[in-house]
Amino acid sequence: MKAIPTLVRVFASLSLLTLGGGMAAFPELKHQTVDVHRWLTPSQLDYLFSVGQMAPGPNMMMIASIGEWVAGLPGAIAVVIAFLAPTSALVFIVGRLWIRLAKWRWMTAIQRGLRPVAIGLLLAGCVTFGQGAVTDWITAFVAMVAFVIVLRSRINPAFVVMAGAIVGVLVYLR
Amino acid sequence: MTGPHVLDRRAVVAAPEAARDVTIGRIFAAFLLIGATSFGGGVIAHLRTNLVARRRWVDDKTFLELLAIGQTVPGLIAVNLAILVGDRLHGVAGAIAAIAGLCLPGAALMYGVAIGYRLNGERVLLAAGLEGVAAAALGLIVATTFQLGRKSLTQPSDLAFILLTIAGVNRLHLSEPLVLVVVGLLAICWNRPR
Repeated sequence: MKAIPTLVRVFASLSLLTLGGGMAAFPELKHQTVDVHRWLTPSQLDYLFSVGQMAPGPNMMMIASIGEWVAGLPGAIAVVIAFLAPTSALVFIVGRLWIRLAKWRWMTAIQRGLRPVAIGLLLAGCVTFGQGAVTDWITAFVAMVAFVIVLRSRINPAFVVMAGAIVGVLVYLR
Repeated sequence: MTGPHVLDRRAVVAAPEAARDVTIGRIFAAFLLIGATSFGGGVIAHLRTNLVARRRWVDDKTFLELLAIGQTVPGLIAVNLAILVGDRLHGVAGAIAAIAGLCLPGAALMYGVAIGYRLNGERVLLAAGLEGVAAAALGLIVATTFQLGRKSLTQPSDLAFILLTIAGVNRLHLSEPLVLVVVGLLAICWNRPR
């Protein structure tokens, strides 16, 4: 329980480093939790991180396991709230300002201009993610099939990803 | 983006680009479903499927616009997007319901994983499943990006800005916020009011 104020301080500062997404804060998260506070070993963090990649929801929810590791359930709750609150308040305010600026004559230009950049950033993320995810012809095949199914049908994407998990396990057990 | 669109914005100042009067319970339930089923990443894809294609709470153009805000401000992009959509659907309470629903399942699962890991150590089968999940999630994100682009990009110049963005991140290895600001400013000037 004594660790909770420290947990809150560390994760609230990490929150502000997540410019461009949660992954941006990972190097500093590793530094703080492994080197500075010695809450976990590097291999423990890597394991929790890779499981966290598979977990549903936003990609950094593995911070809940660090909170649990250090201070049980109160630790997990404190860490998640400390990590989400600062940037959530910020994006809320920016979102409200955005509505206020709706009638500004530059707004259409900003909306049109940002759309292709948002798409470009998503695709750039796909390239980075793909370099780790496609390791052989089986994973390449799974990615292609998932692409076609999602594009052609209205199936809930969760089923496509679960099918991918089954293929991964079957290939391992073969 | 002229005429009726502007009138529409004036008519409903509080929540211009989204469905209105969606109840807190429905917002929480919708985001909880996304938060519980978006295995392996690609939450943005699940958000689009559920919020745009199925429920029609926002359209593709608004979704992309809010996504761009979410990418610019620090924070987890999916969480930022949830806040912006939640606010437009039901104000502060809508935003809180959206974050809570989206984050609860993953955080609870990772809380359980931490306990399981301490008691049992690593799970090899889990790692094997992870590979298939990552590959399928990749296909899913590419497909969703394709759908978003098809419906909201209208001019040839858009393609140039997409390629510039990818080149900046993947070729020049610049940070994403920097690329967003530089290419974003270029694209805004290109589309400047005349």
